[in-house]
Amino acid sequence: FLMKNSSNSNMNYDHLTQLLTKVMDEHPNNAVDVFEEMSYEVKRASLNSMQSNLRDLPQLTATELLAEQQRSLFLGKPVLPNVSEISFYLEQAEVGLGREEMQRIFLALKKLVDSERLTHCRFWGKILGIENNYIVAEAENREGEEKDHYTIEDELKEQIKEPESLEKEPFEGSPFPHSAHKPQHEVPKEAIGIGANKFAYYVCKEPGLPWVKIPSVTPAQITIARQIRKFFTGNLDKSVVSYPPFPGNEANYLRAQIARISAATQVSPYGFYQTVGDEGEEEQELYWASIEVNPDFEGVPVRELAESLKVWVHHRQHILQQGRCTWENMAEKTGEDTNEETEDEREEELDEPEVGPRLLNPLSLDAFNMPPWSSKLSSHLTPEHAIAVLRSNLWPGAFAYSSGKFENIYIGWGLKYIGEVYSPPIPPLPQKEYPDGPEITEALDPTPEEELDFKDNLEEQQAALEESEESDELEESEEDDN
Amino acid sequence: MDSCSLYYSLDLVASSGHVLTVEQRIALQTSLLILKKKYKFQRAMLWGKILGIQENYFIAQGRGESEIKDRKYLYSLDCMEWFLLPLVTESMIEEVSKAVRGHFIGEPSFVYEQIHSHGGGEEAAEGEEVIRVNEEKRLAVTVHLIDEDVSVVPRGAFIRNPLGHVQINRSFEGLSESEARRLENYLHFHERKTGNKKSITDMGEWSPAIDFLDALSDDIPKGSWSLQFECASRVCVLRSLLWPGLTFYHVPMTPQHGYIYIGFGMKNIDLPFKL
Repeated sequence: FLMKNSSNSNMNYDHLTQLLTKVMDEHPNNAVDVFEEMSYEVKRASLNSMQSNLRDLPQLTATELLAEQQRSLFLGKPVLPNVSEISFYLEQAEVGLGREEMQRIFLALKKLVDSERLTHCRFWGKILGIENNYIVAEAENREGEEKDHYTIEDELKEQIKEPESLEKEPFEGSPFPHSAHKPQHEVPKEAIGIGANKFAYYVCKEPGLPWVKIPSVTPAQITIARQIRKFFTGNLDKSVVSYPPFPGNEANYLRAQIARISAATQVSPYGFYQTVGDEGEEEQELYWASIEVNPDFEGVPVRELAESLKVWVHHRQHILQQGRCTWENMAEKTGEDTNEETEDEREEELDEPEVGPRLLNPLSLDAFNMPPWSSKLSSHLTPEHAIAVLRSNLWPGAFAYSSGKFENIYIGWGLKYIGEVYSPPIPPLPQKEYPDGPEITEALDPTPEEELDFKDNLEEQQAALEESEESDELEESEEDDN
Repeated sequence: MDSCSLYYSLDLVASSGHVLTVEQRIALQTSLLILKKKYKFQRAMLWGKILGIQENYFIAQGRGESEIKDRKYLYSLDCMEWFLLPLVTESMIEEVSKAVRGHFIGEPSFVYEQIHSHGGGEEAAEGEEVIRVNEEKRLAVTVHLIDEDVSVVPRGAFIRNPLGHVQINRSFEGLSESEARRLENYLHFHERKTGNKKSITDMGEWSPAIDFLDALSDDIPKGSWSLQFECASRVCVLRSLLWPGLTFYHVPMTPQHGYIYIGFGMKNIDLPFKL
C-alpha cells in the first residue's frame, strides 16, 4: 500500500519519509498540531521545485533558439539563384518588373524556400490576371510527396458516373435508343517528377502573401487548355467556364498553361545541358532521357547567340498531342475492358508511338508560319558588352537571355498567339434520332374524297375477304371430311 | 507618358513585364527634348513601343495647344532618329485592315500584299484587286486606333476652356483612394463618341469643363479593363484587355498619371471568348 502512487504526486512512502525528515530536522514544538500543515508544505515544496523548472525553460531557449535559427543561414548550399544579377540582365533585355518588385519577389522566394525546405527554386515568371496577378515560382519536387491532389478528378469522375446510372434504370428492356457516347479512356497522369510534372509550382498574388502550391497537371487538362482561350481572373478557386469544358478550376488551368509555356519556351544555349548516359543503345530512350548540366560547358559567343537560333536548344520535353511528354500506349489500357467496340480502336491505336521532337532540339527547327523567335543584341552602342536576347513570338511575354549564363522568364497573360482569329470548336453533332420508319412517321391527313375512296376499297376488300373466308371454310370442311 | 516624368513613371508600369534599358531611357530623354524644340510641341510624350519580329518601333507623341486635337506621332527604331508618321484617314484605315495580317516586321518600307476579291465565287476573277500597304502606314493606323480605343486619363486631369481647347488642369490633385477603385473615374482621352445617352439625373453632377469625355465604365464589352493596385498597393494600374500591352498608371492623391503601350500592336478580337 505504501508504494502506491497518488493521483498527482509521489508515492505515499516518499511523502511520509519527507514529512518525517522535516519533523526531525525542524523539531517543531507542537508537532502533532502542525502535522497537517507540514504535510501540506512538503507537498507544495515539491510542486515549487517543478514550477521553477518550468520557468527556467524559456529563459534558456530565447537566445539559443535565435542562434539555432540563425545557424541555418550559414549552412547548406545556396538554393536560390542570384536574383539581383538576373534582374540586372533582364533589364538589359527590356523585360522585368522593376528593381523594387524584383527584390520583393526575391525575398518572397527566400521565404518560400525556408518554409517549404525546397532543394532548388527559381523565379519562373508572372501571369497577369484580371483581378490579381500570379507570381510563379518553380521548384524541384521533393521525394515522397503528393497523392493528395486527386480529389478534384475523383469528384469529377463521380459526377460523370451518377447521371448514367440514373438514366439506365427506368428504361430497362424497352427498345429505346441507347446512347452511342463512349466516355474516352482518360490518358493516365504522369508521375511526379516526370515530363510535364517534373517540377512543382508555387504561386502567390503579391510578394509577401502566402505561397500556394498548385496541383500537378493531367493530360486531359493540357489537351483542353490547348482548345480554349481564357484570361486568368486571379482567383485560384474560380471555375473555368469554357467550351469544351475544362476539367478543374483555375488552379488546374494555370498549371496546364505553365506546363505548355515551359515546354515551349524554356531554352538554353547549346551545350549547357547534355543528355545523361551514352547515346546509341536505344533510340527511344533519347526522347525521354534526362539531362544534366554539362560540366565542360564553356559558353557560346554572344554574337553567335544573337544571330543564330541553331545555338539555342529546348531543354524541356515537348508535350505530345496526347497531353503527356512520355507516350502512353492507350491500347493496353482499353484492352482490359471487354468491349467488342474497343477492338477496332485497339488496332488503330497500336500504331507506332507518337514521338515529339527530341530533347535539346535546336530552336531553328521550331515550325510555324512565321518566325517563332526574335533574337537580338541588347545594345547597339556597345555591342561588345551586350547580351543576347531571345523573345518568343508564339508566347508573347516569354524571354530568354544569355551572357554566358542564361535565364528564362515569362511575364504575360498566359495565352498563346494563334495567328488567326480564334473560333471555338464546334459542339459535336446532335445524336441521331430514333431510326425513321413507317411506324412512327406521321401520315398526311386524307381528304374527304380519299377517305370515301378508302372506305369503298375497304368494303370491297371485306367483301372479297368474306368470300374467300367462306371458300376457305368450305375447303376446310372438305379437308375435315377427308 | 510625359517625357519629363519618364525617369520614375516607367518603373510604375513595369509590373506589366516591360522595362526599357538604361541606354534607351537616357537616349529618349535626350532625343525627346530635342524633338519638342524642333517641332514646337507643348509637350512631348513617350507613347510606347511596338514589337516587331526584326526590330521594335518606339513611338513618340507631340501635343500642341489643344491636347486632343493637335497631336502628332513620330516613330523611331533607335530612340534617336525620329520620323513623322503619316496622317490617318478613313480610307487608310480600311486599306490597312484589309491588307494586314500577323506581326509587325520592324521594317517601315516592308509592303504587305493581300489579294482582295469582291463579290462571290463567279465574279471573283473580275473583282480581284491587290492591296499593297507599307508598314509605315500600318504603324500610323495602329497607333491611331489604339489611341482612339484605349487612351486613358483620370477624371479631372484635363479641362476644356471656353475656346474648346483641352488643356491640363493645373489644380488637379489626383483621385482619392476610393475614387481610384472605380472605373467611372477614368475617361477615354479622345473626342466623345457615344453622344449623350445618360439620363439627366446622371449628368446632374457633371461639370461641363471636366466631363467632356467618355467614361471607361461604358465600354463594350463590359470587363475589358483590369484595374489593380500595385507597387505595394500604392499605384493604381489599369490594363486594357482589348489591346493587351496598354498600361495606365495613376498615383492616388497626386497628379501623376500616364499610359504607355508596349506590345505587338494587335487588337485582341477574341476578347468575348476570353472573359
